[in-house]
Amino acid sequence: MAIVSMNEKVIVAENLTKKFGDFTAVDHISFGVHKGEIFGFLGANGAGKTTAMRMLSGLSMPTSGNAMVAGFDVYRENEKIKRNIGYMSQKFSLYEDLTVRENIRFYAGIYGMSSHFIKEKMGQVLGELHLTAEGDKLVKSLPLGWKQKLAFSVAIFHEPRIVFLDEPTGGVDPVTRREFWHMIYEAAASGITVFVTTHYMDEAEYCDRVSIMVDGRIDALDTPQQLKKTYAAESMDEVFLKLARKATRAAD
Amino acid sequence: MTAVKINNVVKTYGKKKEITALSDISFSVSKGELFGIIGPDGAGKTSLFRILTTLLLADNGNVTVDGFDVVKDYKAIRQRVGYMPGRFSLYQDLSVKENLNFFATIFNTSVEENYELIKDIYSQIEPFKDRKAGKLSGGMKQKLALSCALIHRPSVLFLDEPTTGVDAVSRKEFWEMLKRLKEQGITILVSTPYMDEASMCDRVALIQAGKILSINTPQGIVETFGKKLLAVKSTDMLRLLHDLKQCEEVQDAYPFGEYHHAVMRNDSKELLRSYLEQRGQSFELKEAEPNIEDCFMALMKTS
Repeated sequence: MAIVSMNEKVIVAENLTKKFGDFTAVDHISFGVHKGEIFGFLGANGAGKTTAMRMLSGLSMPTSGNAMVAGFDVYRENEKIKRNIGYMSQKFSLYEDLTVRENIRFYAGIYGMSSHFIKEKMGQVLGELHLTAEGDKLVKSLPLGWKQKLAFSVAIFHEPRIVFLDEPTGGVDPVTRREFWHMIYEAAASGITVFVTTHYMDEAEYCDRVSIMVDGRIDALDTPQQLKKTYAAESMDEVFLKLARKATRAAD
Repeated sequence: MTAVKINNVVKTYGKKKEITALSDISFSVSKGELFGIIGPDGAGKTSLFRILTTLLLADNGNVTVDGFDVVKDYKAIRQRVGYMPGRFSLYQDLSVKENLNFFATIFNTSVEENYELIKDIYSQIEPFKDRKAGKLSGGMKQKLALSCALIHRPSVLFLDEPTTGVDAVSRKEFWEMLKRLKEQGITILVSTPYMDEASMCDRVALIQAGKILSINTPQGIVETFGKKLLAVKSTDMLRLLHDLKQCEEVQDAYPFGEYHHAVMRNDSKELLRSYLEQRGQSFELKEAEPNIEDCFMALMKTS
């Protein structure tokens, strides 16, 4: 498990709400995430996960409520939030027609890292990924599993305080999926807070705490162990089914 | 009766055929079977489906669907099969009803004629029949695509990753729909990257990097695991994993939800217990039943 600092919160949301016309996508959600925590953000399709993540990453203005992310206010300081977080999803990741090194240099440059820093860290990251020999190959020539691991390294290359991972392991083979989670553990141990969504319920077990969104609200938030106790369930899969079946809203 | 027969199919891509998508694949699917093709992205699932639906030519080997050859008799096959590609490919600017009518008309039939077959699925989206397909939610698009693939009452239905990116509740509902379709006598081939869906199929082929790792009933695959599997947990899971990997009795160890799984070299639960006791960490140890994912990983590592 990651070393979680209980007294330092890097995400605090209070009654955070987003409406599109008369549709309330996110409905007064309140929660806190600790530094170095692996926080699982679960919910059925259409429950409001993506909208909530967009607000927390400074990409979408809330309708009402408050949130502080990495110490910055989502209304007034959303540009500062963007500089202090990392983001990776299954769909948006790397430029296929740039090489491994070019991708790293490009993203690190966008985040304002110095060329000295980039040069130093490039070697280290490629070594850890066992990609040193592939550094000058185009990203499109890499197998999917490697791409996803590289995308994660790129997302935390600038040493953000928080990394948002949106279904990072979709479609990845079971061995690589586990290697990916090993990288998540290491990032969390180094103090990076991990905010992750997934459709794999076994991965919910790897999180320090898990929240489950139903119809725009957070219906449950606890450690996987406590959630299973509360809902008298054998597995997180069962917890999820018990909660998500209550949903009345149609999927996305 | 055989619905699909695949013999030594090879498919490569690239100018120098440097990328092998499928390497010498052979298997058959019986009439009325619900057959799963299970593997991660890049395993070759979509290439195989496109060959089976006559949309792509194999480099080598031969394939029949309902007794027709995919090359010589492609027109006959196209009339008898239903295909739902992984990417939503209906007309976004036609309404739900227009899409369905369009597909029925192309196959010289009508929605009324086969309504019974799709009723179970289509009735769930019928309240939105005048909405443009592009404006539907993910779950509704999936139901419309399935209705369109079924409207000409195909004998074989090909579903390429219908549940990818779909949440656990909707996935369960989708598989329940497939079971009811199977009862109507339709042969169904369905691909998925989710290993836990294997148990819903009559038989499955596990596929990785263009090769079939195993073909069997879900139960049959699990029975061939052939090793003692133990589940262990403690308060420090990262350290426990490290300890397990150091143990000589352990062939392989990996996280598995709440527990770590340890694949043992011998039938040696007590040896692992005493090894872990020496490490001085409190732990819980129990026997575990392997599931498809354990088998998939074991096969990946030996092939």
